[in-house]
Amino acid sequence: MSIDREDVKRIAELARLEIPEDRIERTARELSAVLDYAAALRRLDLEGCEPTVFAGLGAAGPAPLRADALDDVRRLTPETALAAAPEHEDDAFLVPPVVENLNP
Amino acid sequence: MSGADVWRLSATALAARVRAGDLAVADAVESGWRGPAAAWEADVHAVAHTDPGARAAASSAAARDRRTAPLAGVPVLVKDNLCTTDYPTTCGSRILAGYRPPYDATVIGRLRDHGAVVIGKGNMDEFAMGSSTEFSAYGPTRNPYDLGRVPGGSSGGPAAAVAYGLCPVGLGSDTGGSVRQPAAFCGVFGLKPTYGRLSRYGLVAFGSSLDQVGIFARHAGDVAATYAALAGPDPHDATTRQTPAPDVSRWDRGVAGLTFGWPANLWREGVEPDVVEGLEIAAVALERAGARRVAFDFMPGEYAVATYYLVATAEASSNLARFDGVRYGFRHDDAPDVRALYTRTRSAGFGPEVQRRILLGTYALSAGYYDAYYLTAQRARTRIRREYEAAFARCDCMLMPASPTLPFRLGEKTDDPLAMYLSDIFTIGANLAGIPGLTVPVGLTGANGRPPLPRAVQVLGPEDAEPVLLAAGRALEVGGDTIRLGAAHDTEFAWPTKR
Repeated sequence: MSIDREDVKRIAELARLEIPEDRIERTARELSAVLDYAAALRRLDLEGCEPTVFAGLGAAGPAPLRADALDDVRRLTPETALAAAPEHEDDAFLVPPVVENLNP
Repeated sequence: MSGADVWRLSATALAARVRAGDLAVADAVESGWRGPAAAWEADVHAVAHTDPGARAAASSAAARDRRTAPLAGVPVLVKDNLCTTDYPTTCGSRILAGYRPPYDATVIGRLRDHGAVVIGKGNMDEFAMGSSTEFSAYGPTRNPYDLGRVPGGSSGGPAAAVAYGLCPVGLGSDTGGSVRQPAAFCGVFGLKPTYGRLSRYGLVAFGSSLDQVGIFARHAGDVAATYAALAGPDPHDATTRQTPAPDVSRWDRGVAGLTFGWPANLWREGVEPDVVEGLEIAAVALERAGARRVAFDFMPGEYAVATYYLVATAEASSNLARFDGVRYGFRHDDAPDVRALYTRTRSAGFGPEVQRRILLGTYALSAGYYDAYYLTAQRARTRIRREYEAAFARCDCMLMPASPTLPFRLGEKTDDPLAMYLSDIFTIGANLAGIPGLTVPVGLTGANGRPPLPRAVQVLGPEDAEPVLLAAGRALEVGGDTIRLGAAHDTEFAWPTKR
């Protein structure tokens, strides 16, 4: 198995996911099955193969840079931007405390 | 044709009647709802969201240009990961329940600019992760040809809707086969364009270097008409190609003199006999239409699957980091601090398959494993691109299965992620290489004790080969039937039968 229980807990924390205790073993097994399958790539001769980041752009040239200017079409008013927020106040998204309040 | 049969029309025929003033836009748009949806939709569940009021408003707006618009009055069901302001956009996920985006995707605007009307949102596997549309938080979609079987995925909703007659055209997205595989399972055309030909602006991102918006239709000509309306550069998506899109207006030009690759080593084992038979029918039909077969061996699909499930999950783990319960969608209501807010929202909001892929991608990108997995996969991707380049040095296009199997049963693969991933073995390569692929239906299987099921082939081509793929697809639309039925035959679509 490529991935054990500790790996699952570590990557779950990195991904901000919580895997219930009774699913950790099974998750490790499922992820390992895919990674073991992916090990087939080691049999492939990759000599001279640079990494491909985006396919299909080579022949067409590099992606263009847009002008460094405001794009009015894509500008959202604060009301629109906040319309789908679970909680908001004034012109801001509302979240629980980010840092501990040391001087209450 | 009586007014009651409008839903059977192709998009181009329907638009022509609207332009001629023989058909009102609202009647064209509602034809599928008044006709087949009443019989089918409750069983198939192709539609995730719709709203008669929004349809009526869009029909009125579309009526202004009805005399000239190329897609005048054409109803289109679009996958629920394309942002629309007049319907919710939920990606089949609980984490986006009720979400309404503040803008329309570029392809949605272009549909509208060409006279088409979005009639609702098609069901899908959550965040387009799946091959059966069983992983939707809003319940599965079923295959109209056999309600016990899946429609394929992840764009199963639009594929099934086009097959049963709700609308002549649907839009999906294809990251590893999510348009071409459901098209095969539902017996309709499904185009994944060249990477960068259709704008991804407003398509909720899964694997940004792989995602393309794709087109479903019952007829090759409708794929061409929709592609012509949607393709081209978009200033809001820097990965769109800056050159004009290839001209597909001669989609009916025939295949005389064309060469097609025949990599038969790929289906010597592990592919169902009915699928192989479909390939042989297609090859003979193309040859009779004047194309020439070029046989060669091609790289086995296992390498593409292995590469894809590292690249796609890595990109997904990064793209899906934005769903955190702060700016939109679902928020867990018990979170003492912001870190708990993120973790609890994501754990309750994402389904198991999405969580699995996020974990896999996070692992492939994490310190100590990046070189072994992600970087290796990116280098393998280069190798795979070169394999396709070498193949297309020998032929204009290549035949391949769209799926190794006919539509499978609901529940058959939901507990075995790897088995589900392998149903994409023939479609994934095109996404890695950035090339276009078209699923072409080749009729139904014989009735051997079960309902006849759709059978299909996939035609792959080099970058910007959409005109070639459509010509081949059209040749099969006409000629595939000729061979199957043993007689000259019109290109009537092989409709499902309601049981």
